[in-house]
Amino acid sequence: MDKTVNQKAWFLVLPVLVLVAFSAVIPLMTVVNYSFQDTFGQNVFFWAGFEWFEQVLASERIRDALGRQILFSAIILAIEVPLGILVALCMPRKGIWVSVCLVLMALPLLIPWNVVGTIWQVFARVDIGLLGRTLSELGIDYNYTQDALDAWITIIVMDVWHWTSLVALLAYAGLVSIPSAYYQAAKIDQASRWKVFRYIELPKMQGVLLIAILLRFMDSFMIYTEPFVLTGGGPGNATTFLSIDLVKTAIGQFDLGPAAAFSLIYFLVILLISWVFYTVMVNLDKKEGV
Amino acid sequence: MAQAAVVRAQGATLARTSAAAGPRVKTSAVVMTLYLVFLLLPIYWLFNMSLKDNSEILSSFSLWPQEPTLDNYRTILTDASWYMGYVNSMIYVVMNTVISVTVALPAAYAFSRYRFMGDKHLFFWLLTNRMAPPAVFALPFFQLYSAVGLFDTHIAVALAHCLFNVPLAVWILEGFMRGVPKEIDETAYIDGYSFPRFFVKIFMPLIASGIGVAAFFAFMFSWVELLLSRTLTSVDAKPIAATMTRTVSASGLDWGVLAAAGILTIVPGALVIWFVRNYIAKGFALGRV
Repeated sequence: MDKTVNQKAWFLVLPVLVLVAFSAVIPLMTVVNYSFQDTFGQNVFFWAGFEWFEQVLASERIRDALGRQILFSAIILAIEVPLGILVALCMPRKGIWVSVCLVLMALPLLIPWNVVGTIWQVFARVDIGLLGRTLSELGIDYNYTQDALDAWITIIVMDVWHWTSLVALLAYAGLVSIPSAYYQAAKIDQASRWKVFRYIELPKMQGVLLIAILLRFMDSFMIYTEPFVLTGGGPGNATTFLSIDLVKTAIGQFDLGPAAAFSLIYFLVILLISWVFYTVMVNLDKKEGV
Repeated sequence: MAQAAVVRAQGATLARTSAAAGPRVKTSAVVMTLYLVFLLLPIYWLFNMSLKDNSEILSSFSLWPQEPTLDNYRTILTDASWYMGYVNSMIYVVMNTVISVTVALPAAYAFSRYRFMGDKHLFFWLLTNRMAPPAVFALPFFQLYSAVGLFDTHIAVALAHCLFNVPLAVWILEGFMRGVPKEIDETAYIDGYSFPRFFVKIFMPLIASGIGVAAFFAFMFSWVELLLSRTLTSVDAKPIAATMTRTVSASGLDWGVLAAAGILTIVPGALVIWFVRNYIAKGFALGRV
């Protein structure tokens, strides 16, 4: 759509600007402020330069947390995106079952994040949980509170349980918007099921899938509550992701300087990767002429 | 010619589906059923626990409660320190939803209709706030709201959640508004409508589903968030999610009550989904389908 140039449109954006400036810019400036200062208490601060940034970048612990975070995001994207597409393809297209499936699928998305952690805690515990108990009965040595690998698997399954529906719903929205003429043309050409998927459905879902990947990447990269409730970052530091580590430093130990420097680096990493996604998405929008 | 092809194609489609319908429908139904069972099993387990008392949970292991009891729910619904958690959560979630949608509407209109200085940068900058990890903001928020005397109030949590809900609402509404032809605006102006009157009387009904979806998302992300709402409250505005974590650590683990509280947090979400179910798919695509 062509848009008219109108500088007065700024007035329409003003309320959002004021609100977001209050709730984002001021706090962010506080963070920047702390990241360059040191204190010995009593609200006396002095300039520390880039000391904290150097400390954070050199910190083994934070590097490990970043490594775990990237591994985690990569794994859940690799599972949730194909699985979400598969589920979307299997969704019924009409009738009462559409509503039923939609509502049931959306259910995990509306559960408070700490309750998600609690659900999986009581589900996976070896003494009272259905999953943990069943696995032990089957003779599999499973205990997510003691074994790092078990903890990882549990957290990944939990995230798949929690968020695959988001990908599936997005993919489904893309699928139902494909006009039936496309399928008919494919029928005339005697296209196989795979070819229909590869050359019709997948390209048509591209836009929504990018949104799905962007949202899933952002949210998995800042995951905090669910693993915190489930494992508390343990056993040891095995499931301490970036946000858990950050909250430990900032609120647990009250190390404002390092925490602030850490925050800024963390934010910048997310920003950089999201910017790439966003640019690709906008270009795609333009190409399709939406 | 073209029509004949379409008719032939439809004939072929019919023949093909009637032949292939049997096995194919079954596979997809099986996958779908398996997925739904996977989704519902942990929730069922929580529900199962919520109907048992603590000694039954710890002493025996059964797929359904042997002596079903509603005591856990009674504990929560009669104890003010429990049920006020739900009231507090609802208050700030509703406040946040109203604020987010109200400020996002005009902004989304501006982004979808006009080009102005810095619009693209502004739009991306708004989105960056959706990308900001709440953990980064927890401490500065605590200091900011303490400094202005809003600590432990509902409005503080509502404003804090605007950080990620306003950008999302703008994004969703902009997607829906793009789908409304611009000629409608122009016709209305020619007919002598002023901007506010046009916006409220004509434009808003046209994107009603978009507003519903934006409100749904604001509700959803405010309802599920814990880190910020826990950091910004202590007593008077404590959300249910925080009540759950604290009570658990204070009084030993009463799994039954914990499970019942969990089930009760799922109910509002389920109700809201039911109302917007027809727009869910489009809404999750943020109006961009």
